[in-house]
Amino acid sequence: MSRVGVFVCHCGENIARTVDCEAVVEALKDHPGVAFAEDYKYMCSDPGQQLVKKAIEENDLTGVVVAACSPHMHEKTFRRACDQAGLNQYMCEMANVREHCSWIHEDRGEATAKAIDITRTIVEKVKHNKPLESIRIPVTKRALVIGGGIAGIQAALDIADGGHEVVLVEKEASIGGHMSQLSETFPTLDCSQCILTPRMVEAYQHPNIKLHTWSEVEKVDGYIGNFNVTIRKKARSVNEDLCNGCGDCQAACPAKRIPSEFEAGLGKRTAIYVPFPQAVPNIPVLDRQNCTLFKGRRKGLAKDVCGKCQEVCLKGAVDYDTEDTFIEEEIGAIVVATGFQLYNIGREQPEGLKGYGEYGYGEVPDVIDGLQFERLASASGPTDGAILRPSDGKEPKTVVFVHCVGSRDPEKGISYCSKICCMYNAKHAMLYKHKVHDGRAVAFYMDIRAGGKGYDEFSRRAIEEDGAEYIRGRVSRIFRDGDVVKVWGYDTLSGEQVVIDADMVVLATAMRPQDGVRELAQKLSVSTDEHGFINEAHPKLRPVETNTAGVFVAGACQAPRDIPEAVAMASATGAKVMSLFSADELEREPAVAIVNENTCIGCMNCAKVCAYGAIEQREICTVDGHVCGHVAYVNPGVCQGCGTCQAVCLSKSVELQTFTDEQIFSEINALCYWE
Amino acid sequence: MTDVAYYPGCSLHGTSREFDESLRAVAAELGIGLTEIDDWNCCGASSGHTTDHLLGVALPARNLALAEAQGYDTVVAPCAACYNRLSAARLALATEDGLAEQMPEIIGHRFANSVDVHNAVELLRDASVTIEEKVADTLAPNPLEGVKLAAYYGCLLVRPFEVCGYDDPEQPTSMDEVINACGADDVDWDMKVECCGGAFSVSRTASVLRLGRAIIENARSHGAEAIIVACPLCHSNLDLRQKAMAQRGEEPMPILFVTQMVGLALGLAPVDLGLSRHFVDTEPLIARLVQRAADRVVAEKLAKEEAAAKAAARAEKQKVGAAAASGGAQGGEAP
Repeated sequence: MSRVGVFVCHCGENIARTVDCEAVVEALKDHPGVAFAEDYKYMCSDPGQQLVKKAIEENDLTGVVVAACSPHMHEKTFRRACDQAGLNQYMCEMANVREHCSWIHEDRGEATAKAIDITRTIVEKVKHNKPLESIRIPVTKRALVIGGGIAGIQAALDIADGGHEVVLVEKEASIGGHMSQLSETFPTLDCSQCILTPRMVEAYQHPNIKLHTWSEVEKVDGYIGNFNVTIRKKARSVNEDLCNGCGDCQAACPAKRIPSEFEAGLGKRTAIYVPFPQAVPNIPVLDRQNCTLFKGRRKGLAKDVCGKCQEVCLKGAVDYDTEDTFIEEEIGAIVVATGFQLYNIGREQPEGLKGYGEYGYGEVPDVIDGLQFERLASASGPTDGAILRPSDGKEPKTVVFVHCVGSRDPEKGISYCSKICCMYNAKHAMLYKHKVHDGRAVAFYMDIRAGGKGYDEFSRRAIEEDGAEYIRGRVSRIFRDGDVVKVWGYDTLSGEQVVIDADMVVLATAMRPQDGVRELAQKLSVSTDEHGFINEAHPKLRPVETNTAGVFVAGACQAPRDIPEAVAMASATGAKVMSLFSADELEREPAVAIVNENTCIGCMNCAKVCAYGAIEQREICTVDGHVCGHVAYVNPGVCQGCGTCQAVCLSKSVELQTFTDEQIFSEINALCYWE
Repeated sequence: MTDVAYYPGCSLHGTSREFDESLRAVAAELGIGLTEIDDWNCCGASSGHTTDHLLGVALPARNLALAEAQGYDTVVAPCAACYNRLSAARLALATEDGLAEQMPEIIGHRFANSVDVHNAVELLRDASVTIEEKVADTLAPNPLEGVKLAAYYGCLLVRPFEVCGYDDPEQPTSMDEVINACGADDVDWDMKVECCGGAFSVSRTASVLRLGRAIIENARSHGAEAIIVACPLCHSNLDLRQKAMAQRGEEPMPILFVTQMVGLALGLAPVDLGLSRHFVDTEPLIARLVQRAADRVVAEKLAKEEAAAKAAARAEKQKVGAAAASGGAQGGEAP
C-alpha cells in the first residue's frame, strides 16, 4: 500500500492568493493512499525541505507530491531532499498549482478546486512510480567543430586550449571564412585580416587541433558523448604531406581566367589554386571542374592534354588520381558553425526567393553586393584597395548604398533583419570617403539599426564626420543609362522622388544560411527554421545548445550575427563543451523509453517516428545462439523522452519509464472519478 | 476554335476603337471566337472602387456573372484597368469572408466565381505558336521581321502580383514573347513597367508629359522603332502627348497596340487594324517597314540567284575539268 506525502506550498502570496492551500490539504488528507498532508509558506526554503524530510522519516512515506511551482523550477530541489531522506528521488513529483493554476485564474473557489484536481492526479501517478536509477554514459573527450570561419576557429581554440582534442572540418580549401574576405571591421575599422590570420595560424599549429580542409561531414551516428562521425576528405589532387606551398603549380597553370570565389567574382584564379595568399593551410587544391586536364579526361581524350602543375612540382605532390577518402572520428560533442551566404543578386534564385528584377537582377556590372565592395576596399583585393568600378575600372564619384536588399522584405522571401548591414553600409560609406575624398556616398535606408557598443556612434560618424548622405526611403529601380547607373528612389522624409546618376551601386543583400545546412542538420538531428537557420534549444536561456544533446551552435548559421556575437557564441559553445568534458561519465534522468522485449513484435514503427534516431533493431537469439526474431532497442543515451514511440507502438511494448500507460491512466481516472 | 467572352469596357467602344477593331481582326485570323458579353456594365475603374469596396467588387462581379450565365469559362478584358478590376474582384470574392454570399442579392444573378479573366497579352501569348505558324504561312513578306520593338506593360497589366500573377511584376516577358512570335526583336529596356501618368493626363498634364518623355526616350535609346502597349490609357498618354517633342524637332515614336502589331505580322491591312486612328502618324513607319521587307525579299532573291549561278559555274568547271582529264587519258591511249 502506498504511503504518499502531500506538501502544499503557498509560494508566499503567489499560490495562496488565489488557492486556498489549507482546503487543498483538507481534500487530500483523506485521499486513499495519502499518509501525510501539510501546507507551508515557502516549501522550497530550508525549513520547508526539512518538513519534507522529517515527514518521510516519521511517516515512512513511499512517495512525495509537492503541490507548488513548475517542475522546471524546483523538481530537482525536492528530489534532492527526498534522496537525502532515503527515499528514491524519482518517487517525488511536482503538482504545478502555480503556473498552471494560481497565476492564471482569478476566482478563488474554482482555482482551489482545480488545484485539488491537479494535486490528486499527481498523487495517483506517484502511487505507480517505481524507484529508478540515473543513467550513466561514458564521454569521449574530443570535439568536432564544423566550419572554419571565425566562429569555428574560436570554438576550436577555446576547447583546444582547455586541453581537449578538436577535429576542425572546413569545406573550403582554407579556413578563415567570410571574415578573411573583409577589408576593415566595424566599429573600430581595424583590418580584418590582421586580427584574423594569427588566429587561423594558431588553430592550424595547435597541438590539440586536427584540421581537415576541403572536407565535409558525411555521416553522424551515435549520441552525446559518443558520436561516430565520418568525414569526407574531398579529392584535393595535392598531397598535403608533401606540398610545401611554394606556388610553382599556380604559376604554371594555363587556366588563369576562372572567377575567384574569394574575390567574389571580381578577380581571377587558376585551376590549381590557393584561395588567397594568407590561406591556412597554404596548400593548393585542384579545381577539377575547370582544370584543362580533367576537362580533357571528361571528353574522353586518350592522352592528358595538360599536366603542367605536376611537371613543375619539385616535391612530386600533385597527383591527378586521388579520390575522396573517408575518415572516422570518435567524438564527444559537436559545434556547428557553418556560417552564412549572401542573398544572390543574380537572376537565378533558390526556391522561395524572388530576386530583384527592379534592380536588374544585378545584371548591370557596376551594381555589386557588400562582399564585392569589401574586396574592392581590401588592400589585398583585386584593385589593391583602390575603389574602382568593375565595368571600366574608373574611380566612381557617386556611390549609392542600398540597405535591406532582401532583408525585411517578405515579398521577396525573407522577413528577418540581417542585422549587420546598417553597420557595414556605414563602414563602406566611410571607407569610400576615406579613399575618394571628392566622392559622394548616398545611402538609402529603412531605419538605422545600430544596437551595440559603439555602433550608433559609428553610424553617426559616417554621416556627421565623413559626410555620407542618408536618405530614408526605398529604391524602386536601378538601370544602366549610358555611362551611369540610374537610381530611382523615394525620400520618405521630404516626400520627394530622388533620382541619382550613380557611378556604382552597392546592394546590402540579406544574410542567408549556407547551402546544404538543412542536409547537415538532418545528419545531426537538429532542427532548422523556415529560412534554414539552425534552431537553438531556447531563444533566451539556451542560445548555443540545440535540441539534440551534445550538439551546439555558434555564429551566423543560427541567425544573422556580426563578428563579436559570433565569437561570443563560439566561446559559449567552448564553455558548454568543456563542462560536458569535465566528467568521465554523464548522468541523465531516466526519463527514457524502455522496450519490453517479451511483447515487442519488431515492427519498428517506433524507429520510423523517432525524431532523435534513438531506436535500432536488435536480434533475439535462442539459447544456442540462433537468431529467432527482432525487437526494437532504445538507446538511453540518445532518447530524449518525448514519448512518440509509446504513442505509435501497436503491441504496447515501449514505455517511457517516467510516464507509463499505467501512470497516465491513473491520472485520467483521478480526474474523471473523484469528486 | 476557342470561344471566349469578350468584355470591351468603355475604352474599346470609345477612345480606343482601334484596339477593339484590331483585336477582332486578329482573333478572327487566329481562330479565336470573341462574343461580347450581353448587357455588360462599367467595370468600376477608378471611381467605383475608390468610392466603395463593395461597389468596386459588385460591378465587375455582375459582368463575370453574366459571362458565367452565358456559358463561358474565360473572359477577355483587353483594357488593363478592366482586366485589373475584374481580376481584383475575383480575388476579393475568393478570399474575403462573407463577400461572395452578398453578391446574388446585389447583382441579381447567381455567381460561382468560375470564370477566368485574361488580358489581350495573355490571350496572344497563349496563341503564340499559332501566331508563328500563321506568320510563316502569310504570303506577303513579314514587315516586322527583325524590327526592334519595345514592350511597354505599364502598371495595371502585371500589378499587383496577387491580382494578376501571370507574369513577373518587375521584369515581365509575356508581351516580349508575342513580339518574338511576330518575328520582331524585343528590346531589353528599362521602363517596361514605369508609370505613364495614368488618369492625370488632364489634371496634371506636365507630369504626364515628363513621364511619357522618359519612357519614349528610353525606348528610343535602346533602338526601338515603335512601342507596343496593351492599355488604352497608356496608349493615349504616350500617343497623344508627343506634340511638344515634335515641336522640338524630335522624331515621333509610333505607339502600337499589341493586337495591331500581330495584325501587321499576319498581313492584315493597316486600315482594318485602325492604324489610321492614331495621333502619331503610323504611315511612315509602316511604309518604311514594308519597303524594308520588300528590299529584303529582293536581296534574298538576288543572293539566292547569285549563289545558284555560282554553284552552276562551279559544277560546269568541274565537269569541264573532269572531261579534260578523261579526255587527256583517252587521248593518250588513242594512238
